[in-house]
This record gives sequence, C-alpha cells and structure tokens, in this order.
Amino acid sequence: MFQCRVSGESTHVAPNKDGLSFVGVALVTLRGLTSNRAGCQVGQTVIHEIEGTDVTDTASVSSGATSLDHIIIRFAGDSGDGMQLTGDRFTSASAMFGNDLATLPDFPAEIRAPAGTLAGVSAFQVQISDHDITTPGDAPSILVCMNPAALASELHRLEDGGTIIANEDTFDERNLAKAGYLDGVNPLADGSLDNYTLIKVPMTTITKRACADLGVKPRDADRSKNFFALGLVSWMYSRPVDTTLDWIKAKFAKNELVVAANTAAFKAGHAFGETAELSGHRAEIRSASLEPGTYTNINGNTALSWGLVAGSQLSGIPMFLGSYPITPASDILHELSTKKHFGIRTLQAEDEIAAVSAAVGASFGGHIGVTTTSGPGVALKGEAIGLALSLELPLVVIDIQRGGPSTGLPTKTEAADLMMAMYGRHGESPMPIVAAYSSAQCFDAAIEAVRIALKYRTPVMLLSDGYLANGTEPWKLPDVASLPSIEIEFATAPNAKNDDGEDVFWPYLRDPVTLARPWAIPGTPGLEHRVGGIEKQDGTGNISYDPDNHAHMVQIRADKVAVIADDIPLTMVDGPDDADLLVLGWGSTWGAITSAVRRARAAGHSVTHAHLTHLNPFPKDLGDVLRRYPKVIVPEMNLGQLTKLVRAEFLVDAQPVAKVKGQPFTAAEVFDVIEGALQ
Amino acid sequence: MSDITVPETTKADWTSDQEPRWCPGCGDYSILTAVQTLMPELGVRRENTVFISGIGCAARFPYYMDTYGMHSIHGRAPAVSTGLAVARPDLDVWVIGGDGDMLSIGGNHLIHALRRNVNIKILLFNNQIYGLTKGQYSPTSEQGKITKSTPVGSLDMPFNPISLALGAEATFVARTHDMDRKHMQEMFRRAHAHQGAAIVEIYQNCNVFNDGAFHKITKRDNRDAMLINLSHGEPIRFGIDNERGLAMSTSGSIEIVDVDDVGEAGLLVHDEAAPDPAVAFAISRLATAPTMPTPVGVFRSVERPEYAAEVNRQVAEVTAAKGAGNLEDLLRSQPTWEVS
Repeated sequence: MFQCRVSGESTHVAPNKDGLSFVGVALVTLRGLTSNRAGCQVGQTVIHEIEGTDVTDTASVSSGATSLDHIIIRFAGDSGDGMQLTGDRFTSASAMFGNDLATLPDFPAEIRAPAGTLAGVSAFQVQISDHDITTPGDAPSILVCMNPAALASELHRLEDGGTIIANEDTFDERNLAKAGYLDGVNPLADGSLDNYTLIKVPMTTITKRACADLGVKPRDADRSKNFFALGLVSWMYSRPVDTTLDWIKAKFAKNELVVAANTAAFKAGHAFGETAELSGHRAEIRSASLEPGTYTNINGNTALSWGLVAGSQLSGIPMFLGSYPITPASDILHELSTKKHFGIRTLQAEDEIAAVSAAVGASFGGHIGVTTTSGPGVALKGEAIGLALSLELPLVVIDIQRGGPSTGLPTKTEAADLMMAMYGRHGESPMPIVAAYSSAQCFDAAIEAVRIALKYRTPVMLLSDGYLANGTEPWKLPDVASLPSIEIEFATAPNAKNDDGEDVFWPYLRDPVTLARPWAIPGTPGLEHRVGGIEKQDGTGNISYDPDNHAHMVQIRADKVAVIADDIPLTMVDGPDDADLLVLGWGSTWGAITSAVRRARAAGHSVTHAHLTHLNPFPKDLGDVLRRYPKVIVPEMNLGQLTKLVRAEFLVDAQPVAKVKGQPFTAAEVFDVIEGALQ
Repeated sequence: MSDITVPETTKADWTSDQEPRWCPGCGDYSILTAVQTLMPELGVRRENTVFISGIGCAARFPYYMDTYGMHSIHGRAPAVSTGLAVARPDLDVWVIGGDGDMLSIGGNHLIHALRRNVNIKILLFNNQIYGLTKGQYSPTSEQGKITKSTPVGSLDMPFNPISLALGAEATFVARTHDMDRKHMQEMFRRAHAHQGAAIVEIYQNCNVFNDGAFHKITKRDNRDAMLINLSHGEPIRFGIDNERGLAMSTSGSIEIVDVDDVGEAGLLVHDEAAPDPAVAFAISRLATAPTMPTPVGVFRSVERPEYAAEVNRQVAEVTAAKGAGNLEDLLRSQPTWEVS
C-alpha cells in the first residue's frame, strides 16, 4: 500500500514563493492514498512536498508536463554501464537549471565485477527539487534499470507504485539467470511488477540504430546506451539539453566517433520520450528559490580540497600533502595534485605512515602538513600523529570514513572512526576534531581544521565520510573576502636567557592564551633547536624524565585542546529550547536529521536539532544544551560513539540510534525514530 | 650549498649544550666527533642544516648537534626527511639511524627515499645488533647469532646494506667505519657534495651488546689486509704489501686475486660512475660478513635528477604556465549558475 509521507520541509516553502502560482499545477493525485497526516489529504488541490508522489497518473499542464516539487530518481546498471556518469550528468543539468538537489552515488568496491551480476550493480540516486532539501531522498520514485541485475538489486528501494524504466533488450535468458531470475522467469513479462508503472524500452536496439549511419561499430554503439537513458530521463523531467550536449563534446573531444555516438544516443532517448506516447509520464521541477548568488554543484571531496587550498592561501603558509591512495579519499590527492600553482606540493608516499611522516617533516620546515586517508590509514598513522602532538607542530589529518573494521566496506559510508579520532593513539594524546556535515560544508570544515592546526600548533583530525565525499549539492560560492583570516607568524628572535644571561631560544615557551609554542623554522639564524617525540622539559624543550614535568606536560597537552573551546562557535541549535526532544547529530547525518525534524514539526511535534561541527573540544554550551531537553537521541552511523562521549562528559541520558549498513540515514528513518521517541 | 659569505665556524659551534648519553666506548662518539669536526669545513650554515633521526641509540645524535634537528619515531626518519626536503630544498638534511631503525622497521622508507633520489644524506650506523632494546639480533646480524631473543641462534638471512641500496636505485652508496675518522669524513664530505640521496653505511662498534663485531677488519693492524679501498679510476688493490686485488671472473662475479697471478692489467678498475650498478653490486657481494676482506669507500656515485628539485620545478612550471593560483578563480572552476 502506498504510504504517503509528508515532509516537514513543506512548511518552509510558501506555495507561491517567488510569485510562482501553483494553481492548476499540482493536480497530483495519489493512488492508494490513505494517510491523513497534515498537509496530505485526498482531494486537496495543492499538495506540496509529498515524497513518493506518483507521476504516472497526472493531469497535464500547459507544457504537457506535470509540475512536481521534487523527484527522486535512481539510475542502476552494471558497473560498466556508466551509471555514475549518467547520474552525474543528470545532476549537473538539474543544477544548471536551478534546482536544489542532493546525490548518493552507490557503487561496489570492485572496478568491474562480472558483467550482469548482482555484485556488479552500480547505482546513483539523486533528489532534485524546487525548494531547499538536505538529503538525496528516501525511496526513489523512478528506477532506471539497465539490466535484470539492476532491477533485482534495486527494486526493493523503489516506492510502492513507482516507475520502472527498463532496458528490455538486456532481459534475455542469460542476463536474467545471472540476476537470479531462473527457469524462464522474466519480471518484465510475468505481471510481478503490476504494482508499479513499467516502461519497457529497447534502449540497446534503438541506440544501435541511431548510431548505424555514423560508422560506429555496433559494439561501441552499445556503450552509448547510458546516454539514451539520460536523454529519455532528461525529456521526462524537462531537463535542459544543451548543457549535456556541450559536455559530451568537451568530454570526448579526443574521439569524434564517441561524441557522435553519445550525442545520437542522447537525442534518440530524448526523441523516444517525445514520440512514444510517454507524455503522461512527463513532469517538470521548477528551479528552487535559493538565496541569490553564484552556485556550483560540488561533492565533498572537491569542497574539502578547495578548503585546504583556501586554508593555505588565507594563512600564507604553503601546503604539503602526503598521501597514499585509498578509497574514498584518493580524489583529494588527485584534486590537490592539480593545484601546484597554489604552491601546493603533493607526495604520493610509499605507505600511509610515510605519508603522514612526510607531512610532519614539511610542517617542521614551515609548511602546513596535510595527510588524507580513510579509517585503515588513520590506524596506521597513529604513532606519527602522536609525534606531531608531542612536537606540537601543525598537521591536518583527514579521515574520509568508510565501513570498517579492516577493509570493511571501502565504497560504502560509515562514521565509526570517532573514537579512533578521540583516543586512537597511545598515551594521553588529545587532538582537536572537526567534522564536516554536508558535501559543500566540507569547504568550511577544511579551513577550520587548517586554522586550528596552525594557530594551536597541533594535529587536527578532520572527519568526513564516503557519503559526503561523493555526494553532491549546489553550493553558493562564498565571498572570498568573508573567509576567516588566519594570521600565523614564525619565531624570528630568541625568547629567553640562559644562566649566563645570553639570549637563547626555548622551543617550548608558550603563548599564555593559546598555549601554542613558537614555530621557529630551519633557516632562521640563532633559533637552532632540537625537538623530539621523547618527553621534553616545558620551556627549554630539553629531554626530561622528571616525573613532575611529565605530569605537567600531559596536562598542558590536554589544556591546549581544551582552550580551543573559547575559539569555536557554540553548538548549532535549530529549534526551541523547550522542545520535547533533542536530536543530537554530528557529521553527515545533518541532512537526514534536518529533513526529519522538519517533517516532525510539520506533524505537530516539538523537536530541536543540535549538530556538532567540533567534537574535541565540544562547544562550551553543549552540556547546557543537552540538559535542557527531557529526551536526547543521537542518530549515528556507528553503534553509539558520540552517545558514549556525551554520556561520559555530561552525565545525560542520551540514547543512541545506530545505523551501520553502509548507507546514510534516510529522513524517513530518523522521522520514525523521532516519532517513536515521543510516544 | 657552499656559500662564500658563510662565517667561519669551529667544532664548538656545531656542538650543542646537551651531554651525550651513549655508553662509554660506544662507536657513536667517534662518528659524532667526525661530523662535528667536518661541518666547519663544508662551508654551510648551522641554521640551514637539519639532522633528522628515528629511534635507537644512534637516533639521539641530533640532540648533540647545534643545528635544527628532530628525533622522530622508529623507522620514519627517511619519510620525515623527504617531506622536509621537498618543502625546503634550500636545507641540508642529514638522516641518522641504526640498522634496526633503517633496515627493519623503516626499511620501506629507506628504499623509497633512495629510489626517489631525495636530497638527503643518510648515515646508517650499522652495529649488527639492537642496542637500545638491550641486545636482540638485527637485520644485519649474522645467521646463527645467539641473543636474548634467539637463544639457539638467529635464522634470518641478513641484509647487505650496500647491496640493498644499490638494488633500490641509490645514486650514491658508500661504506666506512667508526675507527677511521679521516675516512669517515671523506665519505661524509662526498655524500654532502652529492646531489640526491646519499647513503653511507658506517660499521659501528656496540661495545656492550656486540663488541668487536668489526675488529677483524677495522682494527688498525688488520685494516691493510682486510679493508679493500675503492678509489675511482684506480685498479682495486689491497693487502699489507698491496699484493692482492679484485678481478672479474668469467662468470661475472668478483674474486680476490694475487696481483702476481693476474698482473696489474688483470685487476678490476673501480668505476663509481658506471651507469649500470651491476659491477658495484658484485663488489658489494664480496664480503658476506665483516670477517672477510671487505670493500670500503664509494661504491657508486652517479647523477640523476634530484626529487625535491623536480617537485619544485613542476610547481614553478605550472605556476608560470597558469599564473599564481587565485581563490576566486578556483571557486569558479566548475560550471556555475546565477540565482538572482
């Protein structure tokens, strides 16, 4: 039965914003609608922000297309079918059109699993909307299946009554068998999909026909069928055509035949929609009323890379990246290796330990050392991070978290490295932790990590995850002049006197406020000094085994992190102080929590959302915030790591909400948890 | 690196105020003195000189040099130094470590630093034992070594550090020992002058856990008979009366011969600049233990582009081609759209 879920986001979107009239637009009937939740009633003429809207039974508008406020599409095919590319292009066209959007690439770790198998299915989900959204959506309403395996693997995600667009050419006995449809079963023909709208299209055949006169070999033409699918879906959702055609020209410029084949396939798909009486399936999603400004569609790893570049530029400190390739972090190394003209030096090291060690060496030399990795790499880097901590040198360690332990789920998301970031080194070894909460916000988070590392001469852990890294969203470009200034000065003169009254340099004589030690870099005459991982006397930096000095140094290193609380924002709180429930989050759960809390409010609940961008130290007011609410729940992509930290720190009865499936929370899941907590 | 304006210095200028804490009689003292007395001759500035070490007895070395220095973590000094050298190609970076530090826990970083040809000068203090952890066998200990961790003898085949370095594409490879300051200084001077990664293996006596490991070849009375000095362009001869030499056999291996048997013309002429390291490698295989006649000196010294310079060349070339990076442009480097 069709479940109507009403998003609270609707309450934030005036039906006539920007003067757009919705009259006569949203004559969307909801097949099987039974819910009577607020804002979602049968017969209402303007039904807004209903996730899972059925586009198949619609009245048409003047353009021949139904107008929807959002749509969730999932492209699925074999790893070799180019689904990530297809999804990415659809996303870009939608971004250029002005929709708000969020994406979720979902692909296997194998580069090419055996063709046609369930293991080889690669998918890309995108939600596009005419208003502010924060997630790639819950259940898709459209599922594009390039082969039987894609259908078998992804059908369970499709909302009841949703639309399946299948490349029927691939549903032959061999491919059906590989997908587990045995003994002549063909889901396209046996009625098992009757509860959905099924659009069967011979994509391969038409694509080959379209390419027949171009001199493209049939086998090569077959590779263009994803552009047929893209053309068809672009037509269905009234996406602009030119941006994609221009992109094809640029992307495949080296091979005219490929440009011709992909263009022909795209146009064939577009024309198919026009001519095959699919007009009843057509819809359009108006551009979103985003804040005025210049936008780009950006994924988390790119935003993070640019944030690092900005951190270096804003501080005037050259950047050195030591990195070893690892999914899902490698793209940061790729991106920064193209930023040499920003003075960035990148080293693809022989291993994770060398990568971080080289970064420490560069920091000693007056650069900002950075190392990028995922959880397995952080595990290897622990000792060297401890060295940076003991040397009290700047270092930024970036963990793009993935499913663990061990190799775990390299291409799937998880956020279970928080405890490792907090405690994953021997001895008392605290380090500041910054966590990004959206793909675009990775930019700000990276600048913040660089700022703290430089100002406090400390290693900083920056946590992102696979979901943020590969997911995209429109980003309003910041005004460069508004970015924080990071003012760092190297030591240039002696700062103490020895017993003989001579000027000397003490490398561990601290700033009284930040507790940071002076950063005297090689090449500075008169400040020659030695540092080491071995315990040293505060002030002089000489080796010291004195018991009291060690106790003092352990405390100083803890205090050094603690004082940063005076220099970071208070907790991000969205909602009333007297709400019945607080949902506390960190990292990439922000989107799902935000969306779920909006829905909960629309359903009449009093819920507040607090989100942490800094996990060590915590914002100064976090204890007060937590104690304000009778109930606190903490959705986390782990078994309750932040929950443990806040319970230990603040003695509050926070309850974990765990999800460790390699997939981000959906808003619906968090909404259900909120409802459950309030019962 | 030499600079005519560099003020004259003495050993005292290069000596820090920290008291060395090695065991009395340790070979490390003589290496430290060799370095401290050599530095004034190199025409370099203290502030532009950095000593980086890992962990082990040898790794305390940087504390005793009045230069910039870092006592890092076990095995990682070549990696730390690589980052420093790439960030700061203007510096002289020396790497100090023992056989456990460099060849066991840090073996990976050593071979990669060598193949990259990073401009670092690696002094490998080889005493064939773990000193700081009190006497376990090391990756250069002879097979059958009885130690605390190998009560009935070690089973591991040892590394030959010279062979390893040559196999790792090193451009400068030399060996010396702690009982000959002049020879050490000559090797260090050559290493310093080399553009690229230079490794000098130093046979170093651990008088507590492996005393006399090298005495059969390094004691003054034994040297003439047991040390084979490699000198570029010269026939390789040694012996109390210079009566022995090296020759290449028909199979390509190197063997010790009597000069009387083969004649001067039959001796191998040392070519440290040979593009192919095969002969240097063969020479390095001559002695499998420091109880046999052992080659010392520069095995190989060839030119190859230096890594840090190449990294910085790429940075300079890309910057020249694209112009210095601009944040505004970066943010607009993907397709953008306007919302008004």
